[in-house]
Amino acid sequence: MTAKYSKDHEWVIVDNGIATIGITNHAQEQLGDVVFIELPAIGKKVAAHEQAAVVESVKAASEVYVPVSGEVVEVNKELEGDPALVNRDAESGAWFMKVKLSNPAELDELMDKAAYDKLVNG
Amino acid sequence: MKLGARMVPFAGYDMPVQYPAGIIAEHNWTRQSAGLFDVSHMGQCLLEAADFETVAKAMEALVPADVLSLKPHQQRYSQFLNEQGGTLDDLMITRHVKDGTLYVVVNAGRKEHDYGWMQQHLPAGVKLTRRDDLSLVALQGPKAEEALAKLAPAVKDIAFMHYADVEIGGIKAQVSRSGYTGEDGFEISVSNADAPKLWDLLLSDPLVKPVGLGARDSLRLEGGLCLYGHELDEAISPVEADLVWSIQKRRRPEGGFIGAARVQKELTQGTARKRVGIRPEGRAPARDGTVVTDASGREIGKVTSGGFGPSVGGPVAMGYVDTASATPGTKINLIVRGQPLPAEIVTLPFIPNRFKR
Repeated sequence: MTAKYSKDHEWVIVDNGIATIGITNHAQEQLGDVVFIELPAIGKKVAAHEQAAVVESVKAASEVYVPVSGEVVEVNKELEGDPALVNRDAESGAWFMKVKLSNPAELDELMDKAAYDKLVNG
Repeated sequence: MKLGARMVPFAGYDMPVQYPAGIIAEHNWTRQSAGLFDVSHMGQCLLEAADFETVAKAMEALVPADVLSLKPHQQRYSQFLNEQGGTLDDLMITRHVKDGTLYVVVNAGRKEHDYGWMQQHLPAGVKLTRRDDLSLVALQGPKAEEALAKLAPAVKDIAFMHYADVEIGGIKAQVSRSGYTGEDGFEISVSNADAPKLWDLLLSDPLVKPVGLGARDSLRLEGGLCLYGHELDEAISPVEADLVWSIQKRRRPEGGFIGAARVQKELTQGTARKRVGIRPEGRAPARDGTVVTDASGREIGKVTSGGFGPSVGGPVAMGYVDTASATPGTKINLIVRGQPLPAEIVTLPFIPNRFKR
């Protein structure tokens, strides 16, 4: 499927009941240089809109919320050694985590790209 | 996630956190070439009296620095203290070439307070004039001299912590060799009317790029320099802050400044806590307010500034810990998001200062 977006600047792509989640290109532009990312433990149960990861830029720490509920089944280990990958490839290579969906209906609350672009660009 | 703005309100001014290059690039550029900072929000003022001794003694009543021994053109770093010896602000004091005149620069967020404080304590015959008509820019980095000397060769002869009146491309400027990055560099005071022209002129040199508040903070943090409201506040004394170097010898036994009782006591008896450098072992930065514990988990202090040090290549912090745990090499823990992260007390600065002495 194509990506869906949350108002909190996360993107989600679902494949076979597994949601790959990351932060948007707009978010990384606003954060600036990312220097550290804290990812959740594999097996962690997360609820929609809950904090699941932390992104630290040079200036500040920001919480990343998961837009959907489920269980974390994989995290992007590459981000631990190369957090700046988020600045280079936010909406693809720099995915944060994969979550096995427990309530796929939550996807309906997310925006498509056009709606998200409208949100951030006005 | 919640996103902040890139222009932030800073002491009542809208200031850029970063220019398009980004904080790390701006930081690194300052360490390798020359960064240009708009610090016009800082408070510039003059204290004037009939002669130097009168104005110097008036200032010495408010700060622990030796002002009387300043030579014309020389400047010193000092602090305003309250009666309890806590810090009201830190400042730069320059002996102006005009007799009986001190040029003083205070922090943006404290200038209204400081002007009131000085007005309240200065004796008759010492006049305070705020110079809101002046702007201030800083040119910092190993190539700052090369860049500025192209426009004003005389700046090569300015010694560290001294100033000279020079013309930069036809603009009258008061230029001091000082700054807030740990690098060689200059702070340049010009009229507000000339400031945009000076800014553009300096930026026309490929050695020079603009630097925002974000890199200003990471540079001074790596340089082990205090930021008011973080390493200094109304409860913290300059002795606790490890600023004894800024209290010249004559003034230590002599006292005679507001807050002297505590400073003198601490100079002989030591302090219960001390400002230290902190190097987290992992990659996670520890921010302002992070609790510091010893190996047994007992709270021994707090982080006052913390973030990522681009030149260090990892997280760096400063804070206050119990003096017993302040020795470099001491293992500590930082409580970040509920988890203890191992860290070590280290000697400041993180990056050796490269002032041209």
